[in-house]
Amino acid sequence: MVAHPDLQTQFDLRVAEDQRIEPKDWMPEPYRRTLVRQISQHAHSEIVGMLPEGNWITRAPSLRRKAVLLAKVQDEAGHGLYLYSAAETLGTSREQMIDDLHSGKAKYSSIFNYPTLSWADMGAIGWLVDGAAIMNQVPLCRTSYGPYARAMVRICKEESFHQRQGYEIMMTLAKGSEAQRAMAQDALNRWWWPVLMMFGPKDDESPNTALSMQWKIKRFTNDELRQKFVDATVPQAEYLNLSIPDPDLKWNEARGHYDFGPINWDEFWEVVKGNGPCNRQRLEARRKAHEEGEWVREAAIAYAIKRKMKSEK
Amino acid sequence: MDTQWPLWEVFIRSKQGLDHKHVGSLHAADAQMAMENARDVYTRRREGVSIWVVESKHIHASNPDEQESFFDPADDKAYRHPTFYQVPDSLTHI
Ligand SMILES: [Fe+2]
Ligand SMILES: [Fe+2]
Repeated sequence: MVAHPDLQTQFDLRVAEDQRIEPKDWMPEPYRRTLVRQISQHAHSEIVGMLPEGNWITRAPSLRRKAVLLAKVQDEAGHGLYLYSAAETLGTSREQMIDDLHSGKAKYSSIFNYPTLSWADMGAIGWLVDGAAIMNQVPLCRTSYGPYARAMVRICKEESFHQRQGYEIMMTLAKGSEAQRAMAQDALNRWWWPVLMMFGPKDDESPNTALSMQWKIKRFTNDELRQKFVDATVPQAEYLNLSIPDPDLKWNEARGHYDFGPINWDEFWEVVKGNGPCNRQRLEARRKAHEEGEWVREAAIAYAIKRKMKSEK
Repeated sequence: MDTQWPLWEVFIRSKQGLDHKHVGSLHAADAQMAMENARDVYTRRREGVSIWVVESKHIHASNPDEQESFFDPADDKAYRHPTFYQVPDSLTHI
């Protein structure tokens, strides 16, 4: 950076003017590293995120629900692929990213380490987890790195269906029998706090935030996004006549926002460190899929080589 | 054995009459697989009526470090734009 004063100035100017940085443009190494970490982490979250919902595809209560859930999970696979290709434009390889996920070096969203115990969890995940993801992802459509921003635009177009199908499941259960209402309430109780943790540590404990904001990778801080999410979601829960499991939750007229109770950060860090309820299971499933797909990848290459030789004869 | 499939760039014509536009990339063993993967990854909602796939190694890009000098031949040729020419306001269709 000190070695390239002109390039650094040009980069800073571009970012300040809200221009996009493209793959072949000069960029400071820490910017590149931050992007690789954030984009690959995001890609891993999409891929690992298929597991908790995939768990319910064969047990969906109707053919309609099954087709919808299948389409949603397939979208998440697509999101993972958009993001892996965006990260690859920064010079990292797909294998390296997958290896880092499987070795535990790379992280993915802590939320996917929670189990999906009932069908109502499909409702709660779509409504809350995808809802939180949307809060996070909409500003990323304007992030400073071009390929990441373009991948996010594509993703955001697809996310809104995810949230709405989840809310529809919740509405159906909330208007159903006593047992169904109880299922919906139980799902909300279990997912609410982990969803608030999805936005990441509090601003004063998030050392990367300042630089990410300066580089315009991030446009809002973790706490700002968390607050926006709570404000947007409370009325949706009220409509369902379900109660959010937080005795401190109340409208604050002066702030124009909802106040909410303290988050259990010990739990968050435990899950991030690998000690959540499903961390081991999730990584095992990913490793197994990768290892058991090895022969397919090899066969496809061998077949492609053989066909090419034939056509060159 | 290296089982990383080659990288392909994907271009999609979103509607009859429009240009193909770059949408992203993917890995595939050969062109046919690239085409099918491109369909599944990039056109799940009828986003396209035609797909091109090109192996990334075949794409040559201009160098951003030489952007200024590379494109400057166009800088001093304002006469290539219609606004360079003065015609009376009273005339139409010109
Ligand atoms: Fe997604
Ligand atoms: Fe989603």
